[in-house]
Order: sequence, then structure tokens, then C-alpha cells
Amino acid sequence: MTFQQLVFFLFAAVTTLSALRVITVRNPVHAALFLVLTFFSCAALWMLLEAEFLAIALVLVYVGAVMVLFLFVVMMLDINIARLREGFAGYLPVGALVALIMVSEMVLVIVSGAFDTGAPEPAPATYSNTEALGEVLYTDYVYQFEIAAVILLVAIVAAIALTLRRRTRTKYQNPAQQVSVDRDDRVRLVKMKPEERD
Amino acid sequence: MSFAMPDLIPVMPEIAVLAMACVVLLADLFLKDEQRNVSYYLAQLTLLIGLLLTLNLANEGSRLSFGDSVINDQMATLLKSFIFIVTAIGFVYSRRYLKERGIFKGEYYVLGLFGVLGMMVMVSSYSFLTLYLGLELLSLSQYALVAFNRDSSRASEAAMKYFVLGAIASGMLLYGMSILYGMSGSLDIIEVSNYLIRELDNDVALIFGLSFVIVGLAFKLGAVPFHMWLPDVYQGAPTSVTLYVGTAPKIAAFAIVMRLLVEGLGHLHGDWQGMLIILAVLSLTVGNFIAIAQTNIKRMLAYSTISHVGFLLLGILAGTSQGYAASMFYAIVYALTAAGAFGMILLLANKDFEAEELDDFKGLGERHPWFAFLMLLLMFSMAGVPLTVGFYAKLSVLSAVVRVELYWLAIYAVLMSVVGAYYYLRVIKLMYFDKPLTNQPISQQWDMNLVLSINGLLMLVLFFLPGGLMSLCIKAINF
Repeated sequence: MTFQQLVFFLFAAVTTLSALRVITVRNPVHAALFLVLTFFSCAALWMLLEAEFLAIALVLVYVGAVMVLFLFVVMMLDINIARLREGFAGYLPVGALVALIMVSEMVLVIVSGAFDTGAPEPAPATYSNTEALGEVLYTDYVYQFEIAAVILLVAIVAAIALTLRRRTRTKYQNPAQQVSVDRDDRVRLVKMKPEERD
Repeated sequence: MSFAMPDLIPVMPEIAVLAMACVVLLADLFLKDEQRNVSYYLAQLTLLIGLLLTLNLANEGSRLSFGDSVINDQMATLLKSFIFIVTAIGFVYSRRYLKERGIFKGEYYVLGLFGVLGMMVMVSSYSFLTLYLGLELLSLSQYALVAFNRDSSRASEAAMKYFVLGAIASGMLLYGMSILYGMSGSLDIIEVSNYLIRELDNDVALIFGLSFVIVGLAFKLGAVPFHMWLPDVYQGAPTSVTLYVGTAPKIAAFAIVMRLLVEGLGHLHGDWQGMLIILAVLSLTVGNFIAIAQTNIKRMLAYSTISHVGFLLLGILAGTSQGYAASMFYAIVYALTAAGAFGMILLLANKDFEAEELDDFKGLGERHPWFAFLMLLLMFSMAGVPLTVGFYAKLSVLSAVVRVELYWLAIYAVLMSVVGAYYYLRVIKLMYFDKPLTNQPISQQWDMNLVLSINGLLMLVLFFLPGGLMSLCIKAINF
């Protein structure tokens, strides 16, 4: 076994086990942390495939930003685990059967050698896939790039349309009015007759 | 490095619709609530511009652009035109309904137009990546539209189910595509097709990828056993959104099945034919039998959609150009018929009254004979009764199946149509032979009445003159 294979099997095992833990642990915060571990070991696998840019983007974007936000949300919400697990035993037999059939079929295909197409040639040491990506992203794939941008725009529009509520009864302050206030609005001088002392 | 400027002419309609959708989005910010009609008219104008630009490209012939990832051919022109028409009809029907429920907002039309853009991208996609991105654009708009009425818990539940199952389906589709990409080394449909011609011997891995692609497509089409989301979404969403989800996207779904299975993986026809036969038989059975037990007409039409998807698959699995043309005809006719049927529910609904139970249709013949007659035409067309176009659509699909000597399948489909006829005819029985249960007023709006009447009468007209549309479909396939 070469060193590369050793590294591959190590990270593949970590990925699989932590992915399994994501759906089996009881505490949602732990589940989110296991998902971070899954992403991280996936990034290591991509590194082995010489996809350095994607590996780093995965760590920066998913692990660094998305999962941290996700953890915040999970910690703020009070998720009732017991209710989520309702009916688990009822669905288990059918689910397990389907999973078993699918796994055995996939194993049969994979051991049949259909995927043995030979290892690709490794790229030379001077090859930069960040540069390669940059060259095609805005040229060959500009159409797909634009559609991806539209998808993000739809996500923004949808998120705002679904969550923005204008409440009519909330009390709010108007800074402009507050600043432009003058003495007459706040102080009322009352003329009173002096009381006579007797 | 060199960079050739891509040919922008084939994507003119897409560019126009995107620009106009952004105009609607911005213009809507400056409108007061009572001026919201402007957003509606702008949305209709967008669809009209898109239609005109698409038709303008009709005689251009087949044109590839953006490194062979976009195609503009006869099929794209025909299907895009009908997507515009059906969406515009849907917008006309749903205006009053939206106003009465306080969801008559600019965002509704913006999301609707982005969905249309997604469908256009799907229809003219010629690479896995473009196809997938178009599909996601459409799906994302649909998830948001289903949840658009935020105060309805049923709508939120439907949107949640749709989102989760849609995400799983996308995952399946992507996994299948990634395997096909890994084997062929290209995302372009034309390259994958060429690869299949060269090396047909290594087909185990290809079939492995193919089966995941078919599962993903079946989810999006709503074929049994991947239909679980469909009834809940149809029933839970606001009726105007059900109309949107249930009509034009079916045309786009047909297009991606054509692009992926026929144009890309056509050489694996022997392998996917069997899979589609299973899907079609199950869809015809489950859709028709479960629809009988429904009391909610939106849910009933959802199961009827499932059975129509079965018919749609019949034409494709035949694997002949006649079968593809028949399926295309079927998809277009189904979208028009379903638009009319949901339009009728929208017509009868008013504030605080959804008109979504079958009982709400009781005695419609007495209350309003003209609309009852239109509903009769639409139901006859769905059932496939002669004198309506549904008969001709079913006939042409069945004759394609008979031509490839799958006699048992054709006989089975006819038997299931007989089962289906029961629940369509029940609606007609309720309208004409039962006493009215409600006397909710039917509000009259000239534009909706006019379009609905044309929509209903089209079922008759297309039966007597199906040649025009059919020859367009045949031309689109053979081109």
C-alpha cells in the first residue's frame, strides 16, 4: 500500500464514520460538529484528487461560514429530538430493506470492475488549478455562471418575500423627527398668577 | 489564451426575460399597494416579449452556443412558446384570487418569471450542467411560491415536503450525471452521445449512472413510486400556485427527459425502456385508482396528473420519432387542459371560499350553465372522450406504443383510462344532476371569462383540427 492509499483510506474512514454520526447522535449541536468533520475530511480527499482550490473553498465556505451560522441557528432553536424520532421504529424495516438492496446492488456494480478505467496521469507540479478554473469560469462557462447568479438572486428574493413582515402596531422611533425637535415641542411654559400671600 | 465571443442570438429570449424580471423586481419597489396591477401588466408584457423573441428565432434552424451547452432548435422554440402561453393564461386566472387573499404582490410575479426563465434554460440546455442549473432555478422559484401564503400552515407543510424531496431528487440526478461524466469525460450531451457510439461495451457503469438519472427525473415528473410530494403540494399550495406548478413545468420536464434520455443516452434505449415501462405502469395504476377515493378536487387532479405522466412516458419509451412527437403533443395538451381545470377552481373561489371540494361543484349546471359546459369539455378532454382533444392525444400515444408491438402495454393503458373516466365523469354528474350546496356568487371578470372560454373551447377546436399542432410536434422532433 502506498502512502497515498493510506491517506485516502484514513480520510475515507473518517468521512464515513462522521457522516454516520451526524444522523445518529442525539444532540443536534454534536450532529452539526460531526458534519464539520465530514466536510473537513472530504476536503482532504479532494486535496488528494489535486483539486486544491475546491478543497480550500470547501473549508473556507462550508466549514468556516455556513456551518458556523448553522451552529448558531441550532443553538438558538429549541429542537425537540424526541418528536423528531417519532415513528423511527415503524419506518426502520422498510428503510433498512431498501438501503440494503441499494447497497448490495451498488457493491455488485463496483466489484464487477466496470469502473476500472485506470488512474489518470497526475498533473505536473507547476499546474495550478486555481488558474485553470479562473480561465474557464468567465469564458467557457459564462452562461452557467450567470444562471448560478440568477439562482442566488431568486434565493434572496424568496427569503425576503417569505420572512419580511411589516407589523402595523409596533412602536418605532423616527430619528429625523427626534433630531429636528425644538424647545417648543418639549417644554411648555405656563404663566401662572403668583399666589398671594396673606 | 483566447476567448471567442459566444453567439448571443440563441439566448435572446432568456436575456430579455431575465432583464424584464429584474425590471419588475425594481419597479415593484416604487409602487403603492393599489398600483400593484402595474407589476401584473409588466409580467404579462415580459411573457409577450419572450414569446415574440422566441418566435423570431423559429426559422433560424438548429443553433448551438456557449461551447455547445445551449441549443436553439425547433423543439426549443415550440416548447418555449407554449410555456409562455400557459404561464400567461395562469397569470390571468390567478389575479383576482391573489388579490382576495392579500398575496397579490410583485414578488409573486418575479418568482413566477424566474421560474419561466428556469424552464427556458431547461428546454434549450445541451449540457448536463446547464440542464441542472435550469432545473434548480425552476425548483427554487416553485418552493418559494408554494410557501407564498405564509399564514397557511398547510402551504408551509407542502413547501417543506416539496423542498426536502426535491433536494433528494436533485442529489440523485447529480450523482447519476457525475457517473456519466466520469465515464464519458464530458458534460456536453452531444459528447456523451458520441462516447456511447464509440464504447457501448462498458455499459454496466453507464446503466448505473442512468438509473440514478431516471430516479431523479421520475421525482421531478412525479411518476410512481416517486410521486409522494405531488398530492400534498397540489392540495396545500394556493390554487394559483398549483396551477403554475401543475402546467408549464410539465412541458419543461418533458423537454429534459427528451434532452437527457433521447438525445444524450439514446443509445441506451434498450436499457431505459424497461425502467420507463415500470414507471408508466405503476403511475397509470396508482394515479387512477387513488384519484377515485379523493373528495378534494385539487388532490384528485394531483393523482390525475400522476396518471397523465404515465401516458407521457408511454410515448417516450416507444423510442420512435412518432412516439416522441405524440408525447410532446400530449404534454402540451395536458398543460392547456390542466390550466383550464385549475382556472375553473379559481373562478369559483372567492374570499373565504376555496371551492376545492368536489361538493362545491354540485349543481354548477344550474348556477352557471356556460362555465359548467366549459368544465365538462375540460373533464372530457382529461378522460379522453371523443370530440375533445384529450382523445386524440391518448390515441396518438397509444398508436405509437402499438407500432413497437407492446400490445399488452397499450391494452393496459386503455383499461386504466376507463378507470380514470369514472372520476372525471363524476365531476360532470355532480355539476348537472345534483342540487347546489352553496350559492356563493361567481364574480365576473371579462378577461378571465374570455380566456377561460377560449381555453375550454380549444379542447373542441383542437379535436377537429389537431393537424396543425401535431405537424409542429413532428417537425420539432424530426428536425
